[in-house]
Amino acid sequence: MATQLNSLETLASQEYKWGFVTNIAADSVPPGLNEDTIRLISARKNEPQFMLDWRLKAYRQWLTMKEPSWANIHYPAIDYQKIIYYSAPKANKDGPKSLDDVDPELLATYEKLGIPLREREMLSGVAVDAVFDSVSVGTTFKKKLSELGIIFGSFSEAVQEHPELVQKYLGTVVPHSDNFFAALNAAVFSDGSFCYIPKGVRCPMELSTYFRINAKDTGQFERTLIVADEGAYVSYLEGCTAPMRDTNQLHAAVVELIALDNATIKYSTVQNWYPGDKEGKGGIYNFVTKRGKCLGVNSKISWTQVETGSAITWKYPSCLLLGDNSVGEFYSVALTNNYQQADTGTKMIHVGKNTSSTIVSKGISAGHGQNTYRGAVKILKGAAGARNYSQCDSMLLGDQCGAHTFPYLEVKNTSSSVEHEASTSKIGEDQIFYCRQRGISTEDAVGMIVNGFCKEVFRELPMEFAVEAQKLLGVSLEGSVG
Amino acid sequence: MGGKEILRGINLTVNPGEVHAIMGPNGSGKSTLAQVIAGRDLYTVTKGEVIYQGQDLLALAPEERAQEGIFLAFQYPVEIPGVSNLYFLKAALNAGRKKKGEPELDAMEFLSLVRQKIALMEMEESLLNRSVNAGFSGGEKKRNEIFQMAVLEPRLALLDETDSGLDIDALKIVSNGVNTLRGEDRAIVVITQYQRLLNHIVPDYVHVLAEGRIVRSGDKSLALTLEESGYAGIEELAETAQ
Repeated sequence: MATQLNSLETLASQEYKWGFVTNIAADSVPPGLNEDTIRLISARKNEPQFMLDWRLKAYRQWLTMKEPSWANIHYPAIDYQKIIYYSAPKANKDGPKSLDDVDPELLATYEKLGIPLREREMLSGVAVDAVFDSVSVGTTFKKKLSELGIIFGSFSEAVQEHPELVQKYLGTVVPHSDNFFAALNAAVFSDGSFCYIPKGVRCPMELSTYFRINAKDTGQFERTLIVADEGAYVSYLEGCTAPMRDTNQLHAAVVELIALDNATIKYSTVQNWYPGDKEGKGGIYNFVTKRGKCLGVNSKISWTQVETGSAITWKYPSCLLLGDNSVGEFYSVALTNNYQQADTGTKMIHVGKNTSSTIVSKGISAGHGQNTYRGAVKILKGAAGARNYSQCDSMLLGDQCGAHTFPYLEVKNTSSSVEHEASTSKIGEDQIFYCRQRGISTEDAVGMIVNGFCKEVFRELPMEFAVEAQKLLGVSLEGSVG
Repeated sequence: MGGKEILRGINLTVNPGEVHAIMGPNGSGKSTLAQVIAGRDLYTVTKGEVIYQGQDLLALAPEERAQEGIFLAFQYPVEIPGVSNLYFLKAALNAGRKKKGEPELDAMEFLSLVRQKIALMEMEESLLNRSVNAGFSGGEKKRNEIFQMAVLEPRLALLDETDSGLDIDALKIVSNGVNTLRGEDRAIVVITQYQRLLNHIVPDYVHVLAEGRIVRSGDKSLALTLEESGYAGIEELAETAQ
């Protein structure tokens, strides 16, 4: 038995390979937060007055709010005055006009991350917006998309070029006062992606944002807003990495999705922020608010997330099902290893008639990792015929880790149906032996078994990313089972 | 295992082309013997050696033994939810081929090989896309083991109570599959409690295991003798051998 466990312990003991630092001159504001910081950020971005007003409103709200403490996560108090709220790679005065003007050092960084930004080298069929610390450094395939009337690019650009759309939708799903981290984000967010798919357009390629934290002691506060107009379809993916540093860095992002009549938004995340080292030192605090509003009839919002990184993950991608017959989905794989903690899940709020939602959550805990599923299904009085199906499975590797499930159900009408299934399993020595007896190494066996466990979620991911996610899972299963 | 001594004197030589049957009552150590040869590390080998093709088998990890051609048909095949039978078997086959320095089979080559073998076991092709053993009936699981054996073409196959839980039709199919796999360069060790299986898979040698020892060896007629006298007499033999 002992040798088998040892080999599990050394399994995939690859280091976090995205942990390098790019040496690039940065234009940063001093650490600390007050109204002047916010005015400075807004001025740097040359924002219209409505943006500054909104930020200040959020900031004043934030000052009255308390950091939430209900989640099953533990970390030392964050000193919000020590964080740098804005950092951008220094660029030519006017900023890059096109990808050809982007600093080669940055292009090299993304290439190293496996995200080539030069279009001729790109995965065909995926358009990428690359966000480096606080700003977007480039977006690919913009021209091709704009021919269809699709707006895809950085949030800052959208504020300049389409202020009416931003003003119309910003904060309509996650208001400036929503929660502590969302309010902080609203006050200081510096960039992110913006996407608008016009009426009746099916976006012909995957849209993707790749977030990279580089600068030290910097918080990343990006905000993404996606609007799918009537009958539109879009599939969107975000990926993220950060250098290895032994201090914790805060990432407090907000994502808002809006689907109008008959529109579909599929939002996939492969989150691979630096998780900290084996002793739990360093890593990203990933405190994120993601919410989608199915505003129109027959609209659909589907969240798929693969969370393998971050020291702490606190996020609940949710759906507000307002339109009749609208559909919300949440597919999640969350893996915690070493001293990682995750408290993640979803909220499905059924308001419209015949709305339906599906929740499939797969939690994997290894090492000293703690994994919590927290989900709420609310079916309001008017949501006649609403349906929900939830399935929460946990897998434990070893006996030092933990899996926790907190499902909340609130049903206010009698014509709806709610199903909840949950299971906890331990990866079996007998399963591993069975694989090894067929010639498959322990490492491959664990990868295979865990991937099998996550299959229902992976098949929701776009093809290329499903492969990526499987590999990532293998690498993240570093270390202890005992 | 857990400080308990299970096997206490096994001296057995199996040559290529031979079929050996190991019989014995519950708890005599039959399955343990198979698991030890396959490399299950729940067990510690305190004494003795296992030589396989001239090399020290006990020095190899379970997957290395498998890649060298040792196959164990499990008494209780393990379920692996979410992993398709096809994917699993392809990984297993290619692990062995890689070890031998042969090129890995691509998807098409693999599929045609598998189709041929699955027909042999009279199994539905749809089983290939189902998760490994998950939701299989007892009989399907056992058939699946022999199907895997047919694909992997081992040099030494250990069949651990493959007959248990099989109805007579399934027993015939499984036995037929095993018989097709008999060959000059393949050795097969059949572990069973019942003589019934040996009517279908006729062994060259029969060994009787009791209390961790081989107490008698003989040809196929030994199985028939046992069928008549039962294991009771054998246990006495084991005691006198001590």
